[in-house]
Amino acid sequence: MKKWNLIVDVEKCENCYNCFIATKDEHVGNDFPGYAAPQPEHGHEWVKLHTFERGEMPMADANFMPTMCNHCDEPACMKVAENGAVQKRADGIVIIDPVKAKGQKQIVDACPYGAIYWNDDLEIPQTWIFDAHLLDKGWTKPRVEQVCPTFAIESVKISDEEMAGRAQREELRVLKPELGTKPRIYYKNLHLTDSLFIGGTVIDGKTDDCIDGAEIKLIKGGQEIAQTHSDCFGEFKFDGLPLQEADYQLEITHGGRSAKHECRVSSSAFLGLISL
Amino acid sequence: MRLETTLFGAVQALRLTALRFPEFKKRLREHDAVVQLKLADNSVGRYIEFRDGKISSRSGIHPAPDVSIFFKNKNIALKLLSPKQDFLFRIDAMKNFKMGMLGPDDLTVWVNELVSLAQSMWWKQGEDMGDGVTRYTNNTNGGPVNVFVKDGKILRITPIDFSDSDPATWTVKARGKEFSPPRRASVAPYAIASKSMVYADNRNLYPMKRVDFDPNGERNPQNRGKSGYERISWEEALTIVTNEFKRVKKDHGPGAIGLSHGSHHLWGNVGYYLSAMLRFFNNIGFTRVHHNPDSWEGWYWGAQHHWGHSMRLGIGEVTGQVEDILKECEMMVFWSSDPEATNGCYGAYEGTIRRLWAKELGVKFVHIDPHWNHTAALLKGKWIAPRPGTDPALAQAICYVWLTEDLYDKKFVADRTTGFDEWADYLAGKSDGVPKTPEWAEAETGVAARDIRALAREWGKRKTYLAAGGYGNGFGGACRTATGAQWARMMVMMMAMQGIGKPGVNFGNMQTGAPHDYSFWFPGYAEGGISGELAFTGAAVNAYQRIPLILSMNPVKQVVPRLQLPDAIIDGKAQGFFTDPTCKEGQFIPFFYPAPGHSPIKILYKYGGAQIGTMPNSNRWAQMYQSDSLEMVVSQSIWFEGEAQFADIILPACTNFERTDISEWCSAGGYGHQFFTQLNHRMIMMQHKCIEPLGESKSDYQIFLELSKKMGLGPVFSEGMCEIDWVKRIFDGSDVPDLISWKEFLKKGYVVVPPEKEELRAPRAYAWFYEGRKKDIPEPHPLPADYSGEWLEGLGTQSGKFEFIPNSLKKIDDPDRPALNRYIPSWEGTHTEELLSRYPLQLMSAHSRYSFHSMGDGKGTSLNDIDDHRLLVDGHYYWRARISVEDARSRDIKPNDLIRIYNDRGSVVCAALISSRVRPGIVHTYESSAVYKPVGKPGASTDIGGSVNILTNSRSQSRGSSSMGPNATLIEMEKWNPAMAEAAE
Ligand code: SF4
Ligand code: SF4
Repeated sequence: MKKWNLIVDVEKCENCYNCFIATKDEHVGNDFPGYAAPQPEHGHEWVKLHTFERGEMPMADANFMPTMCNHCDEPACMKVAENGAVQKRADGIVIIDPVKAKGQKQIVDACPYGAIYWNDDLEIPQTWIFDAHLLDKGWTKPRVEQVCPTFAIESVKISDEEMAGRAQREELRVLKPELGTKPRIYYKNLHLTDSLFIGGTVIDGKTDDCIDGAEIKLIKGGQEIAQTHSDCFGEFKFDGLPLQEADYQLEITHGGRSAKHECRVSSSAFLGLISL
Repeated sequence: MRLETTLFGAVQALRLTALRFPEFKKRLREHDAVVQLKLADNSVGRYIEFRDGKISSRSGIHPAPDVSIFFKNKNIALKLLSPKQDFLFRIDAMKNFKMGMLGPDDLTVWVNELVSLAQSMWWKQGEDMGDGVTRYTNNTNGGPVNVFVKDGKILRITPIDFSDSDPATWTVKARGKEFSPPRRASVAPYAIASKSMVYADNRNLYPMKRVDFDPNGERNPQNRGKSGYERISWEEALTIVTNEFKRVKKDHGPGAIGLSHGSHHLWGNVGYYLSAMLRFFNNIGFTRVHHNPDSWEGWYWGAQHHWGHSMRLGIGEVTGQVEDILKECEMMVFWSSDPEATNGCYGAYEGTIRRLWAKELGVKFVHIDPHWNHTAALLKGKWIAPRPGTDPALAQAICYVWLTEDLYDKKFVADRTTGFDEWADYLAGKSDGVPKTPEWAEAETGVAARDIRALAREWGKRKTYLAAGGYGNGFGGACRTATGAQWARMMVMMMAMQGIGKPGVNFGNMQTGAPHDYSFWFPGYAEGGISGELAFTGAAVNAYQRIPLILSMNPVKQVVPRLQLPDAIIDGKAQGFFTDPTCKEGQFIPFFYPAPGHSPIKILYKYGGAQIGTMPNSNRWAQMYQSDSLEMVVSQSIWFEGEAQFADIILPACTNFERTDISEWCSAGGYGHQFFTQLNHRMIMMQHKCIEPLGESKSDYQIFLELSKKMGLGPVFSEGMCEIDWVKRIFDGSDVPDLISWKEFLKKGYVVVPPEKEELRAPRAYAWFYEGRKKDIPEPHPLPADYSGEWLEGLGTQSGKFEFIPNSLKKIDDPDRPALNRYIPSWEGTHTEELLSRYPLQLMSAHSRYSFHSMGDGKGTSLNDIDDHRLLVDGHYYWRARISVEDARSRDIKPNDLIRIYNDRGSVVCAALISSRVRPGIVHTYESSAVYKPVGKPGASTDIGGSVNILTNSRSQSRGSSSMGPNATLIEMEKWNPAMAEAAE
């Protein structure tokens, strides 16, 4: 049985909001009986964008990521729904029936991802429906994918086994796996949102010039955990470190000279100038 | 005999159409009239009687027809009545009285429309998608779109994915890989938000009159912006406006009608301001509000003197870069260049995928911008954040390193440039005693000397592309500041030192230079459309020959500089300099308002969007609108936004989704020649009329036609055509019929132009110049007379070489623009100490990302919900201002706090977005709020709409130019609370 999944590459998301706007375009003012009632003009973020800024000048970065209903295989929302208001379709898509769900605010609260919005006027819970109404009419992909300039969003209709294989090969992750909800939205490069980096600039203590090609070792708890080289601006960066407070040592060597640096970090850090 | 048959056939066509189309029947009922068709000598004739929607016709001559259409002889009549029109013949017949039409305008235009509709009503438009849904197409500033319509309402607007029947796409092979763009058209957020713009809650749906404006009594100009509106009929609105036109022309003479419009409009070649609007205003005569080259500024007033390119307003060649970058480039330096925010211009996200290719190939990226901008966020790389406006000093220090460390192309400098020794002496400090060392620049720019050195060395050693401005060589905030001309000059001088045109060494950021068919012709919007205007559009290049129409001309010589429009109205005088693409010296010629023998402006006709958000020192604009020297202000606009609130009469226009048009995506023409270079595929779009105009709104074309009718100019304006006929006329005159039939085009809605054959691809920009050959780039620039040597030999400079010390600037006396491009600090920046002590922050107002200038902003559209664009606080959507962590902390500003940013010119309330992406000392925001919402007296109180141009200086970059420098603005900020609003009242 082939089912729908979505793969979002955080590294490619550029916060253009096209996916967000397209979802509003699809649902504001439009009624799709059996799928979704109209979305209010403002306030709902069925597709929501998040910004993750890290570091500081001169070494800052910004990463972005859309979240939406995960179309979980063990949907928390479904568990609390009465009279079958939430349905899991054979193709993996979760639909909150706009008629049956009327008045069921507990469905909103049940979603651990905050993906459901309460429509005050219609008194119904609403969320992103994976464009099921369009896929059922022969569309080959949801609108969020169609409008994405960088192909950060890819929908795939494959078997769960195939998807599991792909997730493993490409190091895809889901949000809050510990909840056991089994999301069908996968993320690539999610570390850009939940890890930290340590960076710095290696300079020549005599000439004050940037040092290109210095070797930097990153040591934690006495173990070397990574190695890199400085670029032509003397800059280096270790990314993907766990987002927890920890002590690190750095060993920097170049052309027979060396230096050591120690730091305790709990978020991304630019260590400044390291002079050799 | 044949003529009589033809005349009879025409009548039959009307009858058949009436039988088939109820809408046509309705139109028939609009008038009762007898229409005579005949030869001028009355030898042959047939008259048609329209009565109660019925048509009868009789051979012969009617004694008293309401409308009489005559032809000089039978041959002329037969040719003009044939279904396939020869427009050259037709305009010749009209102009030389070989045919004519007599009768009142409302009847003659109506008859023309019936004849036209009898043909066009049969044309099938759009694709039937089942379930009562029709898929139409349209085009926007942010990309072409499919428009799904059901029951007369827009259901959704999507981008266009290509089908198998669309032509194959191009491939570039480079470094062992193959690159081919996706087979689709990308879209910008404001394109996808179009539906919410169409159904926005502040659409102007009915003609309106300000309640205390009485053209025959008290006009109360002082109450503009305050007194509110009442609905009036179109008849009343048109009568007031045209009576006033006639009155001021009679009472005051030429120049009394002033016309002001924005830099852009909703897309389309017929409905554009350079099209229908100019056609109308040329016919009544107007004082032109002359536009400064707002996106080009530094390139126009500065760079072009070194390297020519006046016909592109100073920016460079646009071909071959994509392939060259993929094959050769090692590093790309983005300097005030954020194409992921600005989309080049109109290019949606077409360049994005190509930039990601460069990333995939390991091209190194450097981003010089006080803001870690959106392009930097996507591509990553080295961040260099100079203090705004000090960029020329940074550039000079880089040149200094090249000079002192032998890192420049000496052969190129020797063979292809002039004036280098003088430039080198300046860099070395021989002429002024100050060597332009990285340390000197560090003090000025705040960028560490070691970073400058490292960048200069890497650049000098690697094949580097300079991405200057969002377009790659043009536009960008650094050209729109006090030092904008210095900066743009530095950009071209740097490339001259590096040997521009060498493989891998050029201007660009992957935004330009896709391997298109550059010889396929379809007019860009600036090629005149239906205006017939030859001098102030790009019509003379191609459209004049390809799409012949009756030329129009504005006989009023008076011109007012846009930046000084408030001064002209309030103080009664102003001086400006021309934006003249024909040659680099045109800009030196000043003009004065009022012009000798002309009337000051008495009526200001404002066409289109919210300019108050985009023009510097905008409180002055609010004050201008309240001036009693303006006897009437008209606003022809789609939304009640920006300065529409100051109009006496509002004429409601509709969007491009409610009218018909035709266009090429991202094609400007004129000085935006070959803008489509930004795309992956050229696309010609049918802009279907997807829905009926909302309320009583009308297309701009229709409004001008109605006004024309009241001026007795109806048939002169329409040339006997409807909007759809103009669309077809443009289609027929272009190369599109070679690709697709009219019938198919109407149905499918677009055609993709096949890419150029690989062996015929346009050459790499400047390769000819680098290699010392004659120019072989497919651009008709410069004018033959602008070559000093033989035709096609050298650049458009006096020497034909790249001039480090431009000959053209040697001949003028502009103290702010010396021929030697020495560093002159900003007139509002880190050197203006007294001002800086009061206003220690620098305001950057960049091109907005989510709206297209003011288009899409405000209006209750879905863009308002974008957190990075506006923020909803207590029921009002506040404009965003990005501030540094440090500056927020020192002022106790928390995320999303409302802040008042202010200086002596005014104050604006924004919502704080605290960000580590902003250099401390900077407030980063966008320049183009569509909302102007003063809390108290307009023009003299705090604005909560977000029109940050209230804070910017309207001073020209240099005294001898009309060039804006809004990024040279000092401000302070503080937390804002509503009590402060009351105090400000
Ligand atoms: S459309 Fe793509 S790039 Fe844009 S915000 Fe959504 S996921 Fe990110
Ligand atoms: S994300 Fe939330 S709403 Fe969607 S299926 Fe999972 S639990 Fe339900």
